[in-house]
Amino acid sequence: MREAQELHEPQAPQSRQTKPSSAVVRDALGVGVAVGLSGFAFGVTAVGSGLSVLQTCALSLLVFTGASQFALVGALAAGGNPFTAAAGAFFLGTRNAFYGLRLSGLLGLRAAAKPFAAHWVIDETSAVALTQPDRRSARLGFAVTGVTLYLLWNLTTFAGARGAGALGDQAAWGLDAAGPAVFVALLAPLLTSTVERFAAGLAVVLLLVTLPLLPAGVPVLVAALAAPAVLYVEGRRARIRTSDEPETGVDVHVRGNGAGEADAR
Amino acid sequence: MNVWIAIGVTAVGCYLVKYLGLLVPAGALEKPLVKRLAALLPVALLAALTAQQTFSDGHHLLFDAKVAGVGAAVIALLLRAPFLVVVAVAVAVTAGVRALGG
Repeated sequence: MREAQELHEPQAPQSRQTKPSSAVVRDALGVGVAVGLSGFAFGVTAVGSGLSVLQTCALSLLVFTGASQFALVGALAAGGNPFTAAAGAFFLGTRNAFYGLRLSGLLGLRAAAKPFAAHWVIDETSAVALTQPDRRSARLGFAVTGVTLYLLWNLTTFAGARGAGALGDQAAWGLDAAGPAVFVALLAPLLTSTVERFAAGLAVVLLLVTLPLLPAGVPVLVAALAAPAVLYVEGRRARIRTSDEPETGVDVHVRGNGAGEADAR
Repeated sequence: MNVWIAIGVTAVGCYLVKYLGLLVPAGALEKPLVKRLAALLPVALLAALTAQQTFSDGHHLLFDAKVAGVGAAVIALLLRAPFLVVVAVAVAVTAGVRALGG
């Protein structure tokens, strides 16, 4: 996952150096194999939550975005209705749209290829592709990570789902810790600055406060509001810092912007 | 049946947002606010999910062996352990603490 650390670094528009294909493939395989094998934990978790083997495998084949799958299974196990449960999983999946925004320019995909490439637009393929120095390496990294991860994730999901019964009590094996550990590992490289850490902290607080009060699946949606909230506060502070006007004027200016920015434009 | 509905809605929804991202013209990227939100939204969601799965059973807050396991995973990450090792450490520590009666 070390590759993911540079996910949010600005990319140089032109390649400064070319990267050997073997190095790209090695990076991609490392991520694909490591994350692909954790499909086992998903298979075990899903069957342990009451899904059938077929339902579990359908999720890995058709949804193929790990965090959403874990979230859906967790929400169903907690007794959420199918639409609230799906809403939480869907909302988590929306981050893949933002990866797509950055990838489409980088990979330069033809229109006909996009519907097929779309299924593989997830955290790991994006992390590998976005950290490559040029388009050729980005395409190679995306494809190799995508193939490896898709195959392994589905095979290990099936193995985990089939093996879940044989394991007996999964809690005794500590397998319920695999889901949150996967999320921690995905999150850690993204906490690059104070703003990111503050958003993460606020999201945790919002979740813990709302979890006992709101229906299953909803607290995660509420916690996601930490992102726009932190950006709003950051924007306000930046505006105050850039204003050199006398204090009374600054106050009115900021209040005006804060209350009705949309109206003013 | 409810489970199949949830699977169907999630599969269609998740695929469409992936596809939509690839379809949006590159110009939308130029807005700094969109860029910042795109970077920050996954951070908030992943943090919330981590907390939800670590400190609850979905409905109620609870503090059990899983907390020790996820804590160990964080330490493994700080020591720059590879992805699979991080997950394995979390599982092993959780199982260990439970075996000891935690």
